[in-house]
Amino acid sequence: MGLISNGTTIFDAGALDSGVAKGAMTLIKTITISSDTATVSFIHGTSDVVFDSTYKEYVFKYINCHPASDDQKLVFQATTNGSNFNTTVTNTYFLAQHTEADNSNPFTYSTGDDQAQGTAFQRLNESTGADADQSISGYLCIFEPSSTTFVKHYSSRSSSIFDQASDVYGSGYFNTTSAITGIQFKFDGASIGSGSISLYGIN
Amino acid sequence: MGLISNGTTLLDAGAIDSGVATGALTLISTSTASSSASLSITSGIDSTYKEYIFKFINIHPATNNKELTFNLSIDGGSNYNVTKTTAVHIHQHGEDGSNGNSEYSTERDLAQGTGYQKICKDLGNGNDESLSGTLHLFEPSSTTFVKHFITRTSSYFGSDRAVDMYVAGYGNTTTAVNAIDFKMSSGNIDSGIIKMYGIK
Repeated sequence: MGLISNGTTIFDAGALDSGVAKGAMTLIKTITISSDTATVSFIHGTSDVVFDSTYKEYVFKYINCHPASDDQKLVFQATTNGSNFNTTVTNTYFLAQHTEADNSNPFTYSTGDDQAQGTAFQRLNESTGADADQSISGYLCIFEPSSTTFVKHYSSRSSSIFDQASDVYGSGYFNTTSAITGIQFKFDGASIGSGSISLYGIN
Repeated sequence: MGLISNGTTLLDAGAIDSGVATGALTLISTSTASSSASLSITSGIDSTYKEYIFKFINIHPATNNKELTFNLSIDGGSNYNVTKTTAVHIHQHGEDGSNGNSEYSTERDLAQGTGYQKICKDLGNGNDESLSGTLHLFEPSSTTFVKHFITRTSSYFGSDRAVDMYVAGYGNTTTAVNAIDFKMSSGNIDSGIIKMYGIK
């Protein structure tokens, strides 16, 4: 049974009708990590994940991801075939840091953390501590991953703690004209002990 | 009475059922300044959302060259004094082409400080001068983790400059944060709007 008001279908077939304005940002999937997990993957068509031409922009929000051991970098990579996360990437990486003891590292471009046509997992932050209250939060935007014409631009910003505040920015492109069909996250040297990562589509 | 379509509950108990896909960004409150000493938001910050976004729309100070600041509370707004460590960087460019530069701002960061965090630089109070921008606050209700936040603001520097300022850091507490306060470093907020959104 549908619901029609003033000639407009509001609900039909168990959902809000597509003609009803419901906000441009849609939560697609949240993965909550509650025990040590090596990787977190969002693959189109798997476990209710949508990551295709449905949206022009996708946003991942990683909230309080906590590593199983100290001094870990949250990293990510893209796949074009759903199984291999090794897409060529060229990017920029810069950061500002400030310790709890009031030592600030100058606003810095970090040549050691960027990639030039690399295929490695890309860092999203400098270091995440494993103390009980330490974590990383932030977001990663990926633009039109389904394009078969253009490279795939992305941008990220992360706040993390390792007895210092780190404000880390990444931006660049996956240098492929194949559609990207998934993204994988992990810490570079330890499991993800806890946290959540949510995927949103932007109309 | 509920409304069920195709076996799926759509409406129940006076609201759209939680299983129905709706927008992920929810406007929770709008605070409007009118010669206000501060704008305090003391309700709606809880475990409902993992992320809260505050949008600053044309914040206009009563006094020239003052800075919009914020602080967090763990007691519903009785005290705004959460310990914070932050990193701050600024990028600016003058209308006359001068002062195009980037810098880390040691005078605006905090190292385990409990004072208000500045989120712009010397905001002008000319009639057309203001600040707009965004603050993200992650999982304020957590009783396990520190409270990460990130801001970015575009402001009109009192000496006719565009200023793009970034702050990131954390409230170094494992007690839930449940209120936030915004005020100028001195003087009132003459006008402006702060909207608070929750992200599913």
